[in-house]
Amino acid sequence: MARVSLTVNGVGYTEEVEPRLLLVHLIRDKLGLTGTHVGCDTSNCGACTLHLDGQAVKSCTVLAVQCDGSEVTTIEGIGAEDALHPLQQAFWAKHGLQCGYCTPGMIMAAADLIARNADPSDEDIREALAGNLCRCTGYQNIVKAVRAAAGEMSTASAQPSREEVTA
Amino acid sequence: MGAPGAEAAEKTESGGNGYVGRSLKRKEDPRLITGGATYTDDMVLPGTLYAAIVRSPEPHAKILSIDTEAASQMPGVQAVFTDEDMADMAAPCPMVFVPPGVEMRVPDHWPLARGKVGYVGQAVAVVLGTDKYSVVDAAGQVVVDYDPLPVVTDPEKALEAGSPIIHDEFGTNTVFEWSLPGGDVAAAFRDADVVVEKRIVNHRTAGAAIEPRSFLAQWREGKLTLWSSTQIPHICRVILSIQLGITEEKIRVVAPEVGGGFGSKLQVYGEEVLACWCARKTGRPVKYTATRSEEMLVTHHGRDQIDYVKIGAKRDGKLTGIHARIIQDCGAYHLIEGPVIPTFSACVISGCYDFPAVQTDIVGVFTNKFTTDAIRGAGRPEATHFIELTMDALAEELGMDPLELRRKNFITEFPNERPHGFIYDSGNYHGTLDKCLEKLDLEGFRREQAELRERGVFRGVGFSTYVEICGLGPSRALGPEGWGMQGGYFESAQVRVLPTGAVTAYTGVSPHGQGHETGFAQIVADRVGVAPDVVEVIHGDTNTGPFGKNTYGSRSLAVGGEAIARAAEKIQDKARRIVAHKMEAAPEDIELSDGKFQVRGSPGKAMTLAEVAGEAYIPADLPDGMEAGLDEICFFDPPNFVWPFGAHACVTEVDVETGRVDVVRYVAVDDCGPAINPLLIEGQIHGGIVHALGQALYEQLVYDSEGQLITGTFVDYALPSAADVPSFETDRTETPTPTNTLGVKGVGEAATIACSPAVVASVVDALRPLGVTHVDMPLTPMRIWEAIQAAQGSAGPNGGGAS
Repeated sequence: MARVSLTVNGVGYTEEVEPRLLLVHLIRDKLGLTGTHVGCDTSNCGACTLHLDGQAVKSCTVLAVQCDGSEVTTIEGIGAEDALHPLQQAFWAKHGLQCGYCTPGMIMAAADLIARNADPSDEDIREALAGNLCRCTGYQNIVKAVRAAAGEMSTASAQPSREEVTA
Repeated sequence: MGAPGAEAAEKTESGGNGYVGRSLKRKEDPRLITGGATYTDDMVLPGTLYAAIVRSPEPHAKILSIDTEAASQMPGVQAVFTDEDMADMAAPCPMVFVPPGVEMRVPDHWPLARGKVGYVGQAVAVVLGTDKYSVVDAAGQVVVDYDPLPVVTDPEKALEAGSPIIHDEFGTNTVFEWSLPGGDVAAAFRDADVVVEKRIVNHRTAGAAIEPRSFLAQWREGKLTLWSSTQIPHICRVILSIQLGITEEKIRVVAPEVGGGFGSKLQVYGEEVLACWCARKTGRPVKYTATRSEEMLVTHHGRDQIDYVKIGAKRDGKLTGIHARIIQDCGAYHLIEGPVIPTFSACVISGCYDFPAVQTDIVGVFTNKFTTDAIRGAGRPEATHFIELTMDALAEELGMDPLELRRKNFITEFPNERPHGFIYDSGNYHGTLDKCLEKLDLEGFRREQAELRERGVFRGVGFSTYVEICGLGPSRALGPEGWGMQGGYFESAQVRVLPTGAVTAYTGVSPHGQGHETGFAQIVADRVGVAPDVVEVIHGDTNTGPFGKNTYGSRSLAVGGEAIARAAEKIQDKARRIVAHKMEAAPEDIELSDGKFQVRGSPGKAMTLAEVAGEAYIPADLPDGMEAGLDEICFFDPPNFVWPFGAHACVTEVDVETGRVDVVRYVAVDDCGPAINPLLIEGQIHGGIVHALGQALYEQLVYDSEGQLITGTFVDYALPSAADVPSFETDRTETPTPTNTLGVKGVGEAATIACSPAVVASVVDALRPLGVTHVDMPLTPMRIWEAIQAAQGSAGPNGGGAS
């Protein structure tokens, strides 16, 4: 067993882990943060995407022991129902999700894109999200949501969401 | 065999606040966008044991022995079970399609293999332990001795004399033969001036919901609870009862948040039954969550038809008849309903066209592959694909524009009884095609196409005009005496107004991403005079609400939504009588307006739903003979199916040097009746298109001739990503159905049913100058390149074909 100390969503944890334990299983099974999902075993689907030291990673391909001293942010750490992140707001407003399983990973990957490129084009968004698979939405409203969120984040802090959507 | 008539349902007033028809944001989303939703794999109970499954690497073999000793000694392992331990199972997996007068071969399919295996991935043993990593280690220590048997994976070879036989007890690989004729088909082809024939392969695909299947079973106080990533909790409970020999009232099945289904979770899997059996056996909660590799191997597959299609026509393009012979690869064993899938192809064999005669002949075949069953569209995408591509071939043969051929034969009178007995409810096929062409600008495209070809750029356009059957369905038509499904196909709903006027609405459907909590709340809100915010829609738990028939076949709104509307109208009716009593007016003079039940013409004399609920739950002054409470149930069994339709156009560009296909534009005009929430419809259309684009361009479950699945991960099985698809141009027309009072049809599968022939036709159109007339899906670069080479090599630039 190995000892790992890391900060997740601003809270410090020290855990004894098997050297082979994946970061995603540490996050889900030991820390109980189940918003980060597992959709494949080959790092193709991106459902497990979270931020490790400020960068989006697929947490199914990171060992927990690699994260000693690191800072992790998961979907639970970027916003809450009463204080949504602009991306969360935009995914809701633009119908950027259906079953929701890929959504946390999709939002974390999109946040990483916007951090690197504050004004992404549709093509930029599609390329940046190519490692995150969604079977429900056909991606069109996800692209729309990311563009809207980028606009929102570059102009001002998030506005309250409207009840009705104009597509 | 026919469907009952499209008797017009009585139209009722919504009396509403006007929430229906609006693009409200989804009530489901706050929990989903914050990571707060609870999927099955997110749950752990105290003492949970994790299950790892030992799977067969052999596609066809006798099991000589299984040695579990070493695995049992591994740290943390609590138990290892094989089929020998499961003698107390009451029944194997029931297959619910039993068509009258048809010999249906159903081999016993147990949760763990009994004596032999018939496909790679078949479960042979289960290891239970306290740590989910170490049970996988232990599963690797189970030693199984197999005696390999000859393998057959090609369904046409499996039908030949001398093929290896997969189930000795049957002496044949034929699962069943089934035919649905209508009209004089022999005369249709005798009288035709032109007959075109095609062989079309509709390959095997995966549903590929991003959430892998997960099951958590608990046996406690003599009762079983299963949390399952299922589309069908109520049906699952019945089947668990049959297989485990536990009476139904002692079983609770809960579908918590479910991460997509697409038909792949319209199933009761062996692992699901096994988890329950293990929980009862050990007295501990047992959880099994599939890996993606397991998903690809043994989550049921879809499609896998070989279609021999023939269409006859007069020289002027008037159709005389269509015949399809469908060879359905069923895999080695059935799950709950696989063989019924190709029969849904037969339902829509007439397409949008006025064929005077139709016939579908189906043969199901056992092969050493995994089970095929319902995947988004389930038989109808296959039918649309072969009808539309054969119509294009006919147009080519007649020297006629393919759209002119379609228009000449569109059905225009509704309701319309087809030769095989089905009654199309309503439609406007010219309307959707007109709108599609308006958006597309076909003439503009043809000019652009010609200019681009001058520069060596190959673009093409393809069309699909489709009609589909959904809203399953009238139990008289589908049930044991009709189609042969061993079940009813009603839907249930219960609307309960609580004492404070808040509303809980239970539905028997079981959504997994569609947005029913929002759409159904809109329907109820309008009928009881409250906002959707205070209508909580409860689903997916057999311990709440009445028995339901769950979600598949685009049935949830047309059947479940109608049930909930009718239950809400019963509430409205009772509320009116209470208000009339209090206001000393006649019930027919009470109208629901602006969220209040008021005396017509006297806005001051009004009560809110909360005030009505107060009267109902403090029943001191109710009308004589009225029961207390405000709580109503409806079971709705529709009088007919519903028949959504539309027109899709796809523009692709083909790189003739590499064979790569890019979708440049996609225009979809669909008609699913009046919209409850247009936003949800748009989402279903987008997703449905991409599902079919995936099949048309990238996705294929490939077995080699030795029975090994060689596209068994997301590395090899290529789901479309955001970078692979364009944005779509969508629109709708609204033609109500008389089958339900909402006028609604279904939309979950429509775009998947429509799309694939438009893609293939667009590629054929692009490559027509090179002589390519046919390519089977998926349109991979290699396949396109080979088709071009074959066409060029065999017949030069203006003739011949390639397949």
